[in-house]
Amino acid sequence: MGQPLPNVAMSAPGGERVAFRAVEGEQQETAEAFFATPDDVRLLEALRRDDKEAFATLVDRHASAMLRVASTYVRSRAVAEEVVQDTWIAVLRGLTRFEGRASLKTWIFRILTNTAKTRAEREGRTVPFADVTLGPEDELSVSPERFLGGRSDRAGWWAAPLQRWPDDKPAEQLFARETRERISRAIEALPSVQRIVITLRDIEGWSAEEVCSALELSDGNQRLLLHRARSRVRHSLERYLEGSEELT
Amino acid sequence: MTASTDLTCKQLVELVTDYLEEKLPTAERERFEDHLAACDDCSVYVEQIQQTIRMTGAVTEESLSPEARDTLLRAFDDWNAGARSG
Repeated sequence: MGQPLPNVAMSAPGGERVAFRAVEGEQQETAEAFFATPDDVRLLEALRRDDKEAFATLVDRHASAMLRVASTYVRSRAVAEEVVQDTWIAVLRGLTRFEGRASLKTWIFRILTNTAKTRAEREGRTVPFADVTLGPEDELSVSPERFLGGRSDRAGWWAAPLQRWPDDKPAEQLFARETRERISRAIEALPSVQRIVITLRDIEGWSAEEVCSALELSDGNQRLLLHRARSRVRHSLERYLEGSEELT
Repeated sequence: MTASTDLTCKQLVELVTDYLEEKLPTAERERFEDHLAACDDCSVYVEQIQQTIRMTGAVTEESLSPEARDTLLRAFDDWNAGARSG
């Protein structure tokens, strides 16, 4: 049978607190705070009405983020898809127990990471969040050789001017495709925890609060991981855009 | 350009995310902005980070294979059938 279902109180993204109606056959809700969003409540009611469309909407809405997160745990795309499928089965089974004390999204992603962890352990893979490995404390955003050393009053300032990059606005679609591939590869090369955080924040557009809730990270650690990930991707783009590296 | 602020470029690059996430305490934010006003290269650096964020946001979304999606929608029917009979 599935994972123990997460059951934690936290503030929902957007901060809206909506009383969640007790499920049929369950005991009445207590006076605790509930954090499902209004949209969650609508979706849950639809699911309980056998609304297949609502389920399809939910599956499609979260597919991209779920696949990316699952992919950081398991070996192949095929297994990641299975993890996503198993997660949805666990979500359906657990639906009557969902108390609305977290947002639906947070709850789904907690189940996803548990499912992916179990699968990764079975595959003999290291689990990204086994302990929150932030990496070396002294990881620098920019290589120290890029700054002046010594004791002058310019020490710690840029040693050589930075180049401006080409405009990345939507009109510049031509360079966009190769650049996107470059970014995807840079993200794949990141340590897994950084990869998950930058994926959810910058590709999937989650808020900091949502990432902290779903991954059980502190705000400070989430920001540190995001900082390191963005710094590394910037470095990779710099090498590519400024031509110091051939596109392979 | 003279080193007129007490924050170095090397220090500033470590604070960029805190700055963009609006998590710097007021005094630190002012030091950060004073440095930016005095340093073209750091302004370029912050712009590059913002470009990185925008371009990362343009990475194509993933989607489930049609087979996996179909399997899930069938599972939903089974789940409903189970719920009704149970």
